[in-house]
Parts: sequence; C-alpha cells; structure tokens
Amino acid sequence: MSELWRLSAHAAGEGLRAREFTAVELTESVLARVEAVEPRVNAYITRMDGIALEQAREADARFAAGTATPLTGIPFAVKDLIVTKGVRTTAGSRMLENFIPPYDSHVAAQLKRAGAVMVGKANMDEFAMGSSTEHSAFGPTANPWDTGRVPGGSSGGSAAAVAAGECLAALGSDTGGSIRQPAALCGVVGLDPTYGRVSRYGIVAFGSSLDQVGPIGRDVEDVAAILDGIGGHDPRDSTSDPAPSPDMRHYLGRDVRGMRLAAPREYFGDGIEPGVRARVEEALARLERLGCEVDTDLSLPMTEHALAVYYLIAPSEASSNLARYDGVKYGLSARGGSMWENMERTRAAGFGEEVKRRIMLGAYALSAGYYDQFYLKAQRVRTLIAREFRDAFARYDALVTPTAPTVAFPRGAKLDDPYAMYLNDALTLPASVAGLPALSLPCGLSEGLPVGLQIIGDVGAEGAILRIGHALERDLGQANRLAPLP
Amino acid sequence: MAISPDEARRIGQLARLGLDEAAVGRLAGQLSDILGHFAALAAVATDGVEPTAHPLPLRNVMRADEVTPSLTREEALANAPEVEDGLIRVRAVLE
Repeated sequence: MSELWRLSAHAAGEGLRAREFTAVELTESVLARVEAVEPRVNAYITRMDGIALEQAREADARFAAGTATPLTGIPFAVKDLIVTKGVRTTAGSRMLENFIPPYDSHVAAQLKRAGAVMVGKANMDEFAMGSSTEHSAFGPTANPWDTGRVPGGSSGGSAAAVAAGECLAALGSDTGGSIRQPAALCGVVGLDPTYGRVSRYGIVAFGSSLDQVGPIGRDVEDVAAILDGIGGHDPRDSTSDPAPSPDMRHYLGRDVRGMRLAAPREYFGDGIEPGVRARVEEALARLERLGCEVDTDLSLPMTEHALAVYYLIAPSEASSNLARYDGVKYGLSARGGSMWENMERTRAAGFGEEVKRRIMLGAYALSAGYYDQFYLKAQRVRTLIAREFRDAFARYDALVTPTAPTVAFPRGAKLDDPYAMYLNDALTLPASVAGLPALSLPCGLSEGLPVGLQIIGDVGAEGAILRIGHALERDLGQANRLAPLP
Repeated sequence: MAISPDEARRIGQLARLGLDEAAVGRLAGQLSDILGHFAALAAVATDGVEPTAHPLPLRNVMRADEVTPSLTREEALANAPEVEDGLIRVRAVLE
C-alpha cells in the first residue's frame, strides 16, 4: 500500500471503488513521491499540497455517497497555462509570475466537477513555445529516464510528472506537438484531440487555430477516460465543436482485424534516428500480426511544408495573442516612464528569448509587404495539407509514424540553434495544422530511452486511434510504464 | 531571405519588445536563418486554393444576447497593477 503512486489512474479508480484505500491515502502517497523526486525533476511550478488533500477528502466523501466518477480521487498535474481559480497560473513566464486567476478554465472546472485531485501546476516552455521545457522562466524540467536530458515540450512538466510518479495523470496542451512529443520522450501516452473537441476557455492563448488541451497518462485507457471527462461542447469557446463527444472508452478492447493503416514515407526519412525507426517498424509488424493491413508505400508530399506552414501561422497568431501583455490590466507591469516606455519595459522584462523570437517572426510574417508572401501563403498551403490528409483518410483508418525523430536529447544541446529545436516537431506538426487527432504511445526503447509511436486519425476519429493504440499497447505488454527513477 | 538589422529593429518596435542592439543583431541573424529554411514554400502551387484560417467548418458562431453571471468588479480588478476608484489607472495616452 505504500507505493500507490505507481498505479495507473484506472487501477487506482478500481482500488478506490473497492475501498482498498482512500483518496487521501492515494494523494498522500503521490505527495510523498513529489517530495522525494521533485528536486531532481522540477515538474511543477506551483505545488498545491493543501488543496490536493482537501480535494482528496471531498473525493472520499463522494465514494461514501456513491457520486464518484472515473476521475474521482485521481491525482492530476495540470499544465500551468490552464487557468485555475485562486491558484497562480504563470504559463511558464515572468509576465504572469504573480497572476492569480479570478476564474476557472473549462477543463479545470471539469476536473473539479469530476472530483479529481490537483497536485500542482506543471512546468512548461514559456507560453507553450518550445520543445524541451528549457524555455521556462522557472527552470528546466528533467527527463525522469535520464535527468541530464530534456523531457520534451512544451508540456514537459506534465509528461515528466506522469513518468516520475508525481501524479497519476496530467493535462497538457498541444499546438504543434506539445503533448505528443514530451509524452514520447518520457515514455508515457499523450493524446492531442481533434481541434474543437476540448474547450479552450481559460487556456492562456498561443496559436488560437491550433491550441488544444489533451490528456497525458500511463496507458491508453487512462487518456481515453480523461478525454471523456474534459471533452464536449462549451458555448464559451466559439471554436468548440457543437457535435456530441462520443464515449471514448467504448472503443477500447476491440479487435483491430481488417483496419487499414498506412505509414507514410515522408515520416521515415533521413532525419529519423535508426533506433526510433526500428522500434516503429517493429510496432507496424505487430499491428500486421494483429490483423491490420499496413501500407508502407503511401506518399504525402505536402508533409515537408508543414514545418514552414506551422512556424509562420503559429507565431503570427502568437504575436497577436501576446499583444495583450502590456502591463496595464494584469501581469508584470514596469512603471515610471511614458505609456510606450512602460509597455516596452514590461515586455522586455516579461518575455523570454524564445517568446520574443516568435513574436518577431509572427509580426514580420503579418507585416505590410510580407503578409501575402508568408502568412497568406502558409494558410493556402495549410489547405493543401488538410486536403492531402482528407484524401488519405478516404482509404485508411489511421496513419502510423514515429512521434519524434529522436529520443530525449541532452539539456542544452539545441538551445543555441532555434531551427534545430523546431525540427523536433517535424512529425507532429502536420496533424496539428490539419486539426486532426493524434495519439503518442511508447513502443519500446532505443539506447535505454523511450521511443514514441504516433497514430494520426481523421477529424473526430479519436475512437479509431485509441482502439488501435490500445490493441498495440496490450500486444507490447508495457502498459503503465514508469521511468526507472529511484 | 535575409532580414537586416534595420528591419529587425523596426519589427521589434512594432511589437514593443524593447530590444537592445545586441538582441536586434542576434534576432536578425536567427530570423534570416529560419526564413531561409522556409523558402521551398514559395514554390508550392496555390493558385485558386482558399486559405485555411482554422480547421473547423464553423461560421459566425453566435450566442443569445442574455445576461449571465460574470466577475465582480473587485475580482476583475484584482490583478491590475494600479487601481483607483474601481478603475484601472493608466498612463496618459496623449501627452
């Protein structure tokens, strides 16, 4: 009973329902684990121990009253761009270091409604801009598999917390790979839902046409259950899909015989590490043995343009979204000069280097004389990428690729070369620009570090990719893998 | 696609980033490098292709014009750096 933090969320839920242990005992176990490993991992910006224990007591009351849900009593890490009423929400930035939100985001409210327990606000690249969680104003997060390496990003704190046992499950956000890539590098499961599936109300905005909240967990069943808890229409987000969200767990445990998969050639090119390619190809062979048809000849030639399209559109949206940080209404405020001087001092002091770089890139792409050449061009090619995917999904149920081109890399390795850092997202960006759902799950190790496999689905087809992912995970026999962190 | 330091300085001023000269030089080089990698985009044939602003086919999402609960004035002002008489105090816009 002493190491309850090792449980998956669904296993913990079974134990709670069977009264084998209480939510308070489970939460105390997780908090003790946080205390033990956090000095090495730094997964959290703000810990919420007191609130967590209070929520755990409320969860126990719900089990006694018979009003528990599948997420009741489950200790969560919540990425620190998810606004939480009364609990500091920084987005990893000095700009919001002291921001105490007066309201809850939709997803935070959904977790509370479900009776979940919030352990803390997870570390992240500033304003979700980065692929290594090194661009946090609150120090980098370490990969629990090798603390000299990065956990990926931008939801690196969320993924590391799940892998290190500092929570049972987490919420992250994905704009161009920020759930899937850290999930891959930390050996856990991450799901970027269809754009519009989960409300963005109360999510600190980065790229509004791309941002999507999603779950990170220790296995496929957990991410399905969490999506069931947070998904669905919310009128406060005008881009929330009004169609009802199906029950995702309904798709688990089903036969995958006859499902049509393709492994597009462009995702297996020169930039992919041999060990990553080998694990993904072995997983494809497993899926064939499970009865799937796997086509390895498909070509999606627009794939190579996704990186440019994303890194023009997302920074353009960011340069507009981040204009709100002017030192007037909330957030950091440098005083003492004229209005313009105060604004410049505030933004100079509040934003880190990568955020400034992306604001510059976006402001340039949107500026007079370059708008047609860059921003509008990227939007047109975005249409072509989405069209190419749509044509592929007329013939295939899902696409299978590596999630990231490499395993976790050493801290500092790519900090001086922004473009090299951007290449980490090369395989996750295409689905993002098309608004497609995509799952990353661990498919083995290379050089002792986790390799992630990505399953991309058609619009609204989370069920299909969860079904395939669940079957593969069972076949691999590696559900609920924790990092070997003592 | 080279961005000159002058251009970087102008963009930095437009975005009110308060960049110093070292940052202007560094960012001009980095942005030139990044945009250089994007050159292939110009060759993609996009004549007659509609731009995608966001991936869902939703248009003009409206809600009923009804009063709903909102933040109190105190809550809304709680994070403001300077407040006076229930209002946010700002520097003069026109000197």
